[in-house]
Amino acid sequence: MSNAISQANNEIGPTIFHPMKGDQGALVSVKDFSLWYGARQALYGVEMELEKGLVTALIGPSGCGKSTLLRSFNRMNDLIDGLKISGSILFDGQQIFAPDVDVIGLRKRMGMVFQKPNPFPMSIADNVAYPLKVDGVRDRQLIEQTVEKALKASALWDEIKDRLHQSALGLSGGQQQRLCIARAIAADPDVLLMDEPCSALDPVATAKIEELISELAGHYTIVIVTHNMQQAARVSHNTAFMYLGRLVEYGETGAIFTVPRADKTREYVTGRFG
Amino acid sequence: MNMKPHTSKNFETELNNLKDKVLRMGGMVEAAIGKAMRALEWRDAKLAQTVIEEDHLVNRFEVEIDEMCVGIVALRQPAAEDLRLIITGLKISTDLERIGDLAVNMSERVLELMDAPQSASQADLMRMAQIAQGMLHDSLDAYVDRDADKAEAVCKRDNVVDDINRQIFRALLNQMTGAPAGISGYLGLMNISRHMERIADHSTNIAEMVIYLVKGKDIRHTSFAK
Repeated sequence: MSNAISQANNEIGPTIFHPMKGDQGALVSVKDFSLWYGARQALYGVEMELEKGLVTALIGPSGCGKSTLLRSFNRMNDLIDGLKISGSILFDGQQIFAPDVDVIGLRKRMGMVFQKPNPFPMSIADNVAYPLKVDGVRDRQLIEQTVEKALKASALWDEIKDRLHQSALGLSGGQQQRLCIARAIAADPDVLLMDEPCSALDPVATAKIEELISELAGHYTIVIVTHNMQQAARVSHNTAFMYLGRLVEYGETGAIFTVPRADKTREYVTGRFG
Repeated sequence: MNMKPHTSKNFETELNNLKDKVLRMGGMVEAAIGKAMRALEWRDAKLAQTVIEEDHLVNRFEVEIDEMCVGIVALRQPAAEDLRLIITGLKISTDLERIGDLAVNMSERVLELMDAPQSASQADLMRMAQIAQGMLHDSLDAYVDRDADKAEAVCKRDNVVDDINRQIFRALLNQMTGAPAGISGYLGLMNISRHMERIADHSTNIAEMVIYLVKGKDIRHTSFAK
């Protein structure tokens, strides 16, 4: 172990846990999970459980590993050359890194929403219907029902029900992001992974997405990476603070922002960092 | 608690200004109690009058502290100990303002006592005042130094003040039955004793808020405090 690594280990210490427990138990269990990009280690022995139906926020300074962890949940990191992992992530009791895992199936159950809205260059309805069509669903009635349901669930229906067949690229940024959430929901996932979903949006659109996250909680297990600490405080039940690839503290959000237990968390949430 | 400064120097300055202001308000209130008690001891109407006249300064501090706190909350969205410092500042300013009012009430009683004879209970009142003033002083020290142990010690001293208050009450009741002509004077002293006991209660509130500030634990209305 290099000096810098052992120094960071000493400085950070073991993870402090005080998360809120959901009444449906844990859906995802991360066990001693480490990850390397080539020679560079990005995650160090992360342990955490994502409670089913709750919203978990991942916060921390740039480069702390929060997006890497998020992208590990549905194996979005697989395509990166030189990727190496140790430890495990269990989703609904199954090893997601087992060789026989259907990665496409995994990603359907763990929908992802990205920083920049990425609607496909097609109509609003076709965007939402896309996951079904890829799946080979031909039943038009089922498709229409699913599109309506997903657009209602993503709080977009009332705004766009009269222009379902117009291009999705004509929507505002906030509407496009909610459309992406609708598209993720249409695949009937268990988990929604959101990587800074509001960083490209104005405050009103941001508020709508945050409101949507609250409404979707319970039905879906949501993990959100955010640079905006107030956003984490507003939308999440549990917050995980990461630093230098380690999970420093994982606890109930109210406690993280009022009485954090780790010194590093305290410094970060109060702006005494770096 | 060893703390790094904020990345934002302005924020750091705002929090320091808030602490300074709370301390200055505390200093004014402490002085007001001292003056009220000296006015009683020396039967000094002018001094008692000063306490009454200067109370508006204390009130103004309360408003200014509240404005500072609201501003910081709105503009900085403070978290963790910063948030607790501000919430504590808001609460402490309310207690200090009440203590200021009690010093005024005591001074008003002192003005009514100008011609009353000295009572044997006055020495106990002075002792009680000394303890209550010490509690206020230590609770404010604990606030500045974030010293939870000192704050806990303040909470424990409240019992002593309560005991002296009861002793004074009993003694004054006896004196009243012995000398009915002096009843209004004894009632005045009883009120002063009661006000002093309330000052100790407010100082205990401040100490309890300091424990919340340092530990993030609310110990109010728990058996610990008593």
